[in-house]
Amino acid sequence: MMQRRKFLQAFGLASVALALPKIVFARAVEAFKASSVDDVLKNLLGDMAVEMSDQIKFKIPDIAENGAVVPVTVSTDIAGVEKIYLLIDSNPTPLSAVFDIGPKIMADVSTRVKIGESSKARVVVRTAGKAYMTEKEVKVTIGGCGG
Amino acid sequence: MQRLLTLLLLVLTAGPAWTDPAADREAMQTFYEKRFPSIPVESHADGAYAMDAAKRAQWQEMEEFPPYEFTVDEGETLFSTPFADGADYTDCFAGAGAVKHTYPRFEGGEVVTLEMAVNQCRQAHGEAALAWDSEELMALVAYMAYASRDEVIDIDVPAEAKAAYERGKQYYFSRRGQLNFSCSHCHMQISGMQLRAEVLSASVGHVTHWPTYRFKWQEVGPLHRRFVECNEQVGAEGLPYQSQSYRELEYFLTVMGDGLPINGPASRK
Amino acid sequence: MAKIKIRAKVKNGVASVKSLIPHPMETGTRRDADGNVVPAHYIETVVCEHNDEVVMTAEWGPSVSKDPYFAFKVAEAKSGDTIRIAWTDNLGESSANEVTLK
Repeated sequence: MMQRRKFLQAFGLASVALALPKIVFARAVEAFKASSVDDVLKNLLGDMAVEMSDQIKFKIPDIAENGAVVPVTVSTDIAGVEKIYLLIDSNPTPLSAVFDIGPKIMADVSTRVKIGESSKARVVVRTAGKAYMTEKEVKVTIGGCGG
Repeated sequence: MQRLLTLLLLVLTAGPAWTDPAADREAMQTFYEKRFPSIPVESHADGAYAMDAAKRAQWQEMEEFPPYEFTVDEGETLFSTPFADGADYTDCFAGAGAVKHTYPRFEGGEVVTLEMAVNQCRQAHGEAALAWDSEELMALVAYMAYASRDEVIDIDVPAEAKAAYERGKQYYFSRRGQLNFSCSHCHMQISGMQLRAEVLSASVGHVTHWPTYRFKWQEVGPLHRRFVECNEQVGAEGLPYQSQSYRELEYFLTVMGDGLPINGPASRK
Repeated sequence: MAKIKIRAKVKNGVASVKSLIPHPMETGTRRDADGNVVPAHYIETVVCEHNDEVVMTAEWGPSVSKDPYFAFKVAEAKSGDTIRIAWTDNLGESSANEVTLK
């Protein structure tokens, strides 16, 4: 898997046929369906080890006003970031969002997510060869999924 | 504090012979100034967000690009769309709709809210009235609130309106529901404290930020919808939107907020 | 549906882009007032372009909030550049909007 990815990267996305985007998206589709954090990470990262890091700024409230709209900002100075993954442990499918950080984009994104019940929230930042993670506990008093 | 509260409640709950809305407002605003000395009275327009820093920070993040903007845009389009007879809302409302700070009013023998005024305008021009919970009405009122931002609430209580004002006041101070609470119990006596993970806001700022996008509703809704929820939360039955009691309660609360700025529509939990 | 709202500011060669995207983002697990399940309807892919070049893509699941807010920063940006945001959802619908940086 790793060798294939490196091979494809060496060729550059533009020069490879339609097959590449499909491969990239197919993997994420599986990850979005996975119902455990372990399965999500295995799907996204393969055998890549994940290292806890204090270099990722993960802004998310300690107590969410309402689980339907929890503001999140992720930023990091780690060099060569290619992907940012956002996971909410307690949601039925923990993977919430995947951000593909192209070379012209800063590793600094914000969005708003649904958190069904009090949960650990995690950010995984991936560079070409490594994966870094940070996590936070978020308390939710009103669940985010339509209650 | 207890003695002050008792005195204030005595003044405020006295009957029609003593009706003096200006004195009532003075008493209520002074009550909150004493209870929250570090919060300027106008800041209560932000409700619980004036009282809790963590909640305020989250709210400000949402206000950076608030979800009610789509509703306001819709309202702006509706506001300038002509009726079948060629007139439009600008023929009824001055200043491109910046009139929220002057409602409710006492007109034609009753309390008239902005929602009612919108429908009166429509009917005067041969259009059907909008349902009180319709998206279209929400959008129009949201737009008008937005246009009225920073205008200061300025409500008169003429002699003929005093009875209606008094009824609104009595509603506020009357116990109701299985829990037998009045509005004043939560929003005066234990304002600023927590009740079931909610921080209780001050009534002086209650009307300024409506209509409101409640995250709970995932849409913009009217003040009367919140009244229904408050009623239900004490085990009482909610009334229909724009019912007389709610309009008179809104009138009373708006008089209490006289001098505060309009800051709607707002996002709230 | 209303158009994607985009606000962008350029400073020191970096464009800070903020967007509010109208979309129901239904998870497919919610029930409506009559008790029927509301089918899943959510944005799957967001593509951001800077001067017609794809600079970022995002893949979302249904746990991104309704009417999602999305903010990001584009490097090497200047006045006059175009920023375009486009999405497609799980039902095959799509929408896009763009702004010119001032």
